[in-house]
Amino acid sequence: MKVFEKTKMLTDVHMHYCPGCTHGIVHRIVAESIEELGLEEKCIGIAPVGCAVFAYNYFNCDMQEAAHGRAPAVATGIKRCLPDRTVFVYQGDGDLASIGMAESVHAAARGEKFTVIFINNSIYGMTGGQMAPTTLIGQKATTCQGGRDPAVNGYPIRMCELLSTLDAPYYIERVSTQDVRHVLAAKKAIKKALKFQSEGRGYTFIEVLVSCPTNWHMKPVDALRFMAEECTKTFPLGVFRDKSAEEGNAHA
Amino acid sequence: MASITIDEKLCKGCGLCANACPKKVISLSEHKMNANGYLVAEAVNPQNCIGCAFCAIMCPDLAITVEK
Repeated sequence: MKVFEKTKMLTDVHMHYCPGCTHGIVHRIVAESIEELGLEEKCIGIAPVGCAVFAYNYFNCDMQEAAHGRAPAVATGIKRCLPDRTVFVYQGDGDLASIGMAESVHAAARGEKFTVIFINNSIYGMTGGQMAPTTLIGQKATTCQGGRDPAVNGYPIRMCELLSTLDAPYYIERVSTQDVRHVLAAKKAIKKALKFQSEGRGYTFIEVLVSCPTNWHMKPVDALRFMAEECTKTFPLGVFRDKSAEEGNAHA
Repeated sequence: MASITIDEKLCKGCGLCANACPKKVISLSEHKMNANGYLVAEAVNPQNCIGCAFCAIMCPDLAITVEK
């Protein structure tokens, strides 16, 4: 009996990600969640610009490529035209928190009924390791070679906390891919978000902490350890908004 | 009996599977290279496999299939 095999929601194309990059794990859990919820025929994904730019080659559903940072705007259009579809946006931190900040915040403020999967590796991966809005204090990048200095480069942006100040978002959670337990928790969160969306509940946002061994200049296993020990200090894991629990309490 | 199959074409030799395995079944090869030039992961102690699928859960390239 097969305990684990590749989901049909991912194609057989070899992923181009660097060795040890946990992007592949997130692709898998998103694809498995879609399959397990039976949304294969109704799913539309929006690929970002960044490391995951070729996501449309990997997901076995309808995919649309968006201009840099504009994925939530494209998703808004698709979801409003085709409200019965399940639309997910897959964006990295440079795409979502930097150039696409306006689109992201306004889509959340409007309460658009799609799901955002936000991949936070605290660096610009594809372009060669520049400082991102989410780079940790003291973390080295090619554009802050002595480590991020708040006096010069400012402080990292925490998207979950920022979006949870808005009224409209339905579900906001930050998860991680640092070990098996956290990957299973991440899958649970993504599945929950897609389920809420398929029920027409509202804007759902899942931030996933991902490692970047290449640009952090670490071995893959050390990068996971760095993520567990350092990234989670700046980006604490947890649920920031869950209106289903609030509604549950209201009924109780 | 539990067993794993590693697709060497897909493996990038990152070692996350070996790190996740609680029974030390997997180890990175020191000389076996795939077409992309990665030193691939190998099941060196297959008899110890318990079929927990931790390796497959952590594999970013979906190179591992687990049977039980």
